[in-house]
Amino acid sequence: MLFPVYWMLTVSFTPEQDMRKSPPDLFPVHGTLDGYRAALTEQLPYLGTSVVIALGTVVLTVALSAPAGFALAKLRPRGAGVLNFLLLAAQMVPGIIMAMGFYAIYLDLGLLQSVPGLIVADSTIAVPFGVLIFAALMSSIPDELLQAAKTDGASRLRTFWSIVLPMSRNGVVTVSVFAFLWAWSDFVFASTLDNGGAHEPITLGIYHYIGNNNQQWNAIMATAVFASIPAAVILVLAQRYVAAGVTAGAVKD
Amino acid sequence: MTTTVARATAAAVPAGRRRRNLDQWAAWGFLLPVTVYLAVFYAFPLFRNVDLSLRNYTVRSFVQGDAPFTGLANYGTVLSDPTFLPALAHTAVFTGASIAFQYTIGLALAVFFRQRFRLSATLRALFLVPWLLPLIVSASTWSWMLNSDSGIVNTALGLVGLGPVNWLTSPQWSLVSVIIANIWIGIPFNLVILYSGLQTIPDSLYEAAALDGASAWQRFWRITFPLLRPVSAITLLLGLIYTLKVFDVIWIMTRGGPTDSSTTFATWSYRLGFGTLLPSFGPAAAVGNLLVVTALVFGLAYIRFQRKLVTS
Repeated sequence: MLFPVYWMLTVSFTPEQDMRKSPPDLFPVHGTLDGYRAALTEQLPYLGTSVVIALGTVVLTVALSAPAGFALAKLRPRGAGVLNFLLLAAQMVPGIIMAMGFYAIYLDLGLLQSVPGLIVADSTIAVPFGVLIFAALMSSIPDELLQAAKTDGASRLRTFWSIVLPMSRNGVVTVSVFAFLWAWSDFVFASTLDNGGAHEPITLGIYHYIGNNNQQWNAIMATAVFASIPAAVILVLAQRYVAAGVTAGAVKD
Repeated sequence: MTTTVARATAAAVPAGRRRRNLDQWAAWGFLLPVTVYLAVFYAFPLFRNVDLSLRNYTVRSFVQGDAPFTGLANYGTVLSDPTFLPALAHTAVFTGASIAFQYTIGLALAVFFRQRFRLSATLRALFLVPWLLPLIVSASTWSWMLNSDSGIVNTALGLVGLGPVNWLTSPQWSLVSVIIANIWIGIPFNLVILYSGLQTIPDSLYEAAALDGASAWQRFWRITFPLLRPVSAITLLLGLIYTLKVFDVIWIMTRGGPTDSSTTFATWSYRLGFGTLLPSFGPAAAVGNLLVVTALVFGLAYIRFQRKLVTS
């Protein structure tokens, strides 16, 4: 299961002249950092763009889905069933279809090849998931607590901001982790809405790399390693949130 | 006395109703951003897509804004296209094979990890890696591993005396190649859900079965598998919905080729709309809408199934 990851690392350290050696060395004997040097000089702007896009997507996703989750979990709005259904259905729409619709709209609005346009498009992957996760987690906050806040004269907005949101820290982390990872690894929206733009994300960086020089596999794999860093960091720091998110998103909504 | 009570309740009813109305307003206040968002960024793109599929759109008509309405002509074009039947078959094979193997391997690993041993938690976490990696990373790594001349897979085959396979460049292997990569990517998801399902099966059942002399295999077939059925069903349905959508892996590894041999509805739609210099948005949208309908049919099955689980 982990061999492809190991192989990505190995190839990223392999010098170019050994790349087509047969049989290939199973570990980088004459290890070189050439691939990383090339990746750093050529791919750094792409990485920066991806950071901006992923963080923007996280902020937008949490800002939209946390209040909605609160309303669905605690305020019993009429029509909640319909909304729940739409949120589930929204997760089933293939990204390529959304991309086509966005392309037509962005073309009219002049939003193609723009970072904000890509942030909005990327957030569509995470928002429905975020609402359902927040609703699931916030429904376990005891009603008495909210009642007490109300008795003390707190408005609903204040209750949400000072009580519900701090208590939902796990939800914020889970939703942020997924929004970040999905936006970071998005390829469909990037290649349809941002291709050839001044600021392209790292997924397009790798894609162009493969297309342009299919000789320099150590540099391609080094870039792949850079692109994997968020996944690795998140795995170390937020592992239990990931597992919680998968199971809550799949079984409890 | 009675009159004051009556008056008090009479006053309380409208006050209660007013509060409930206020609650409704507050609730929809919190929901307003998401509702607007869903309308603008889901409903509208989907509507544009349906509109696209019913018109004869070219790049020029995007600029000039005149695209003649052609009804279902695009759908006719798509259905009679020589790519249609292969794409349908590939989508079915890709989806079926992917989820069958992802599920089987994921279940085997979940059962394996159920026995706690040293480092099992760490190892289980490491198994999440394939799922957290950006798809472009996994897909390009697999591309290089499956490379005909210098790929590690062909080297390994050579060691056991098998000839090299043109994984990505021959029509008979390209679909197999993308399926292999997609199975690898999907195993962690199955592992996580099935593992959490296993946690709900009480240990006492296994202890009792062991006392009765049941073998490990019997314990699996008689206890684990039947009790896991609801979780399994959800895992498979979700796998189905996700796999229907898979585009990145196939496009990056083979672009659906050579000669359509690994084309699915998702990659076909993309190629029609964005993959050539002369895009045909109408047919692309038509293929896309067929895919949406398929995904929604299975999606509705999923929702129905969940309702049934909740009520039972």
